[in-house]
Amino acid sequence: MLTILNTSLIGITAGSIYSLMALALVLVWRSTRVVNFAQAGQAILSTYIGYEVISRTNNYWLALPVALVAGAVIGALVDALLIRSLTKRSANGPLASIAPIIATLGLLGVIRSVVGMIWGGDLRQYKAPVSNIGFTFGHTTIPFSRYNLLIVITTIVVMIVFTVIFQKTSLGLALRAAAFQPETARLAGVKVDRIRTVGWAFAGATGAVAGVLITPQSGLSPNSLDSLLIYGFVAAVIGGLESLIGAAVGGLVLGVGLAFIREYVNSNLEFPSTFVVLLLVLLIKPGGIIAARRGRSA
Amino acid sequence: MSALIVSDLTVDHGAIRAVDGLSFTVQQGELAAVIGSNGAGKTTLLRALTGLKSTKAGSATWKGNSILGQKPENLVRQGILHVADGKSVIPELTVEENLNLGGIWRRDKKDVALAKSEVIDLFPRLGERLSQSADTLSGGERQMLAIGRALISRPELLLLDEPSLGLAPLVIEQIFHAINSMRQRLGLTVVLVEQNAMSALKIADAGIIINLGKLVAAGKSADLVNDPALRAAYLGY
Ligand SMILES: Nc1ncnc2c1ncn2[C@@H]1O[C@H](COP(=O)(O)OP(=O)(O)OP(=O)(O)O)[C@@H](O)[C@H]1O
Ligand SMILES: [Mg+2]
Repeated sequence: MLTILNTSLIGITAGSIYSLMALALVLVWRSTRVVNFAQAGQAILSTYIGYEVISRTNNYWLALPVALVAGAVIGALVDALLIRSLTKRSANGPLASIAPIIATLGLLGVIRSVVGMIWGGDLRQYKAPVSNIGFTFGHTTIPFSRYNLLIVITTIVVMIVFTVIFQKTSLGLALRAAAFQPETARLAGVKVDRIRTVGWAFAGATGAVAGVLITPQSGLSPNSLDSLLIYGFVAAVIGGLESLIGAAVGGLVLGVGLAFIREYVNSNLEFPSTFVVLLLVLLIKPGGIIAARRGRSA
Repeated sequence: MSALIVSDLTVDHGAIRAVDGLSFTVQQGELAAVIGSNGAGKTTLLRALTGLKSTKAGSATWKGNSILGQKPENLVRQGILHVADGKSVIPELTVEENLNLGGIWRRDKKDVALAKSEVIDLFPRLGERLSQSADTLSGGERQMLAIGRALISRPELLLLDEPSLGLAPLVIEQIFHAINSMRQRLGLTVVLVEQNAMSALKIADAGIIINLGKLVAAGKSADLVNDPALRAAYLGY
């Protein structure tokens, strides 16, 4: 019984981070129809910036917002300088739909090399701002610490903030309209190009938060977020790639599912299982668990 | 005074010349019907005028300013609103969100609210369905919603692409009646693209008949309707 509880708690923490990465991918997919593999690179760069703040000031609470803003700026720049002109130029060619995706893969490589040149390949560390040791009840210590609680709460806050922005504000309405029907949105006066850049900025900020949150547990190196990219991508697909709720549900399902496989089946199977889950979802519910149509409006 | 002046407009789709040296004018406050059969180039004309399609040659001005080459979202800010064909609403949004979209770029939020209530007065059926998904609307209601959204932007020039498409005759009559009453009340200039020549010319001041991208005839709608040759060849009644 306790093992089931413990395994679930481990899964929920991991799943929260997957949800954030999934959300970052969904935000870009919705606004531009691009699967942004560079997201791992953008997040790692933002996390290194956060790391610099922590090494200088020893203040995690300053590093988090700085990394978040850096992530937003990097995301906006990637869209404005690269993706926008690429989608315009290749609008009709045979590579039309795939060129931007290949470009994001290329960009991932570029950012990783640049990060490697600046900070080197060694694993860096910074400490969590609150205890990373599990809560103790009597004689039992559960694998869920104050820091895990912080991760889960931050994820919930991010999800709520985006839900409110998307559902209750004019900016959110413009983001949704531009995502669903860019031409109709333009004819209604929405500056779709700019709105898309806002979507990329939101995604970049979210990826940065994921990077800063996971690093005290995983360490930081130029490719320390690569597996998170894959987990986030699978979580986004499970959730239908279109909706915020889908990203949250997909992340949790994947996080908890993988924790159980590691605990009860074989810990070596965790990574391959990710892809089994991906294939099963694609085969059984190609639209993702949250069907696209309903997901889009959420 | 001619408010909209189109001269020698030429638009290609690849090798196909969809609009071929087209010239016409529309007076301020006038309702002009652009009539032509399938493939005449009507949609292409509107898309070229509102920046959705690049043009080959020619010019177009609204109140003396060139409009060609401008982006649709910027033309909206100059009062030029294009309601595209196919009842262009966003089905994933609610009726109210679709309406709100029309006022999203405007700073005068008080007037946006006023415009919204005017639209609901004009199309009460929208008012009863504000929180419904636009997906659930009938064809006629969708058309009302698309026009209503444009009205919330306080247009001066309204370009409507086949609002009657796929609607029952009674509904067409309602929509056309609404178009006519609002443009008289608001002093709008309207370009109404239609295949449904009879209904359109009934409410129009002027008619512009095009075929294969070329101008066939232009003039007062009463004169066009009374021309037996035009009636037989292009107006279909
Ligand atoms: N995107 C496109 N690519 C290639 N050719 C096109 C395209 N859009 C329109 N055309 C062609 O341009 C011509 C004019 O088309 P257009 O859609 O403007 O006609 P229309 O008068 O609006 O017709 P309808 O009444 O059927 O809507 C047609 O020959 C059409 O096949
Ligand atoms: Mg047409």
